[in-house]
Amino acid sequence: MDFLYARSWDEALAAKAERPDAVPISGGTDLMVDLNFDRRRPDALLDLNGVEEFTRWERVNGHVRIGAAVPFTRIINEIGSLVPGLAIASRTVGSPQIRNRGTLGGNLATASPAGDALPPLMVADATVEVGSVRGERTVPVREFFTGPKRSVLEPDELIRAVLVPVADGPQQFAKVGTRNAMVISVCSFALALHPARRTVAGCIGSAGPTVLPTPDAEQYLEAELADRRLWDSRAELDEAVATRFGELAGAHARPIDDVRGTADYRRHAVAVLARRTLQWTWTEYRRAQR
Amino acid sequence: MRLTFDVNGVGQQADDVWPGESLLYVLRERMGLPGTKNACEQGECGSCSVYLDGTLVCACLVAAPQAQGRAVRTVEGLATDSAGGLDHIQQAFVETGAVQCGFCTPGLIMATDDLLANTPTPSDAEIREALAGNLCRCTGYEKILDAVRLAASRRTEVTP
Ligand SMILES: Cc1cc2nc3c(=O)[nH]c(=O)nc-3n(C[C@H](O)[C@H](O)[C@H](O)COP(=O)(O)OP(=O)(O)OC[C@H]3O[C@@H](n4cnc5c(N)ncnc54)[C@H](O)[C@@H]3O)c2cc1C
Ligand code: FES
Ligand code: FES
Repeated sequence: MDFLYARSWDEALAAKAERPDAVPISGGTDLMVDLNFDRRRPDALLDLNGVEEFTRWERVNGHVRIGAAVPFTRIINEIGSLVPGLAIASRTVGSPQIRNRGTLGGNLATASPAGDALPPLMVADATVEVGSVRGERTVPVREFFTGPKRSVLEPDELIRAVLVPVADGPQQFAKVGTRNAMVISVCSFALALHPARRTVAGCIGSAGPTVLPTPDAEQYLEAELADRRLWDSRAELDEAVATRFGELAGAHARPIDDVRGTADYRRHAVAVLARRTLQWTWTEYRRAQR
Repeated sequence: MRLTFDVNGVGQQADDVWPGESLLYVLRERMGLPGTKNACEQGECGSCSVYLDGTLVCACLVAAPQAQGRAVRTVEGLATDSAGGLDHIQQAFVETGAVQCGFCTPGLIMATDDLLANTPTPSDAEIREALAGNLCRCTGYEKILDAVRLAASRRTEVTP
């Protein structure tokens, strides 16, 4: 096995082009488990830790551009108020040791439906900057995943950064697991309110082959909020509306039975999480002064 | 490959490192530092916790070559000021009975060191959160919480 170091984005792309068999390694929290247990034996590893720009974030035109190797701990501590949904989800990842190393780039490339960063990125309409020596492109997160552990990332491409719009309204994320820390989610749900556009966005995690948006629930809620003029009045939200929103969201789940939970349980739990995240975000919206 | 890095303040070199091996393996098997424990090799138990450039990480999840040119601090490096003695966190673990078989202890001491460096007077919720990545099969955790509280109280006494 060879170990390749890269000091810049260009060096990393050149190394990947020269050695297509090289597997990138960032925080190692997914990849090293596979190596330790002999599940993967790549011919080469390409270390991304030395690429300084990967570890930076910056504000650009109403967005936060987060380098692929910014670890979860720094997302929580440094940009939590700009991307609250992503920060809440980041707080649920693993343990302090895992959050100190695990990165957005790794979470996206692994493309697990249980990746906790993915639902909040979906509802925030984030885009992923990817590139290879052939050129660079941006892919909306909504178009990034093609199946379980599969994405549109080409074999020679690397993830450079994630562009997340600064939150324009309340965002929430909730996750069901067997305990409070160190759990792969049984299912999860992210919700964002976009008051300026008068839209809402929901996304299910870990209850389908990929993370799943919830358009029926969104359309229902947007219509209710408009008909009842709730965006303007900021009045209380009917319990029945929140419950119906949850049911419609749950209907979008495509869960399986596995060791972590049954399909029926997951569908039910998604509905509960969707209802709760709606109640939390709406309460926050009502409190916020214009 | 050859790996040169700093371990507990001393420049070190390891030869014939296989690029896919973990920092944990290098520390234990090549550096002769068995304080950092190997239990799960999948980031679940925290017994391999070390500082990598000052950040608490699971050594089992760091590829050894990723430590090239970097500084690693292990549990062996904590008590260096006290001439063979224990530092105040280690002392607190001993006094409160937080050590039974002792396998989890080095990792918990590293995690406690990291917690108290950033949060000198942690709440119980903060202690639990900071130690969430460290498993103990013996103590039931109560004595470990006592140890952290004791270490925190002594730390605030010495650093006003
Ligand atoms: C104990 C434990 C608990 C965990 N808990 C959670 C959890 O609660 N929630 C959760 O979502 N995840 C969890 N994980 C999984 C993991 O921490 C996350 O998926 C993390 O985001 C991976 O990031 P990384 O940088 O460590 O990835 P790495 O292991 O370095 O890489 C993962 C994959 O991504 C590729 N890759 C990395 N960076 C790039 C890039 N820039 N461009 C292209 N490809 C790239 C690698 O080649 C590899 O295939 C846990 C893992 C462990 C060990
Ligand atoms: S051995 Fe590294 S976390 Fe268990
Ligand atoms: S004292 Fe035995 S595992 Fe903690």
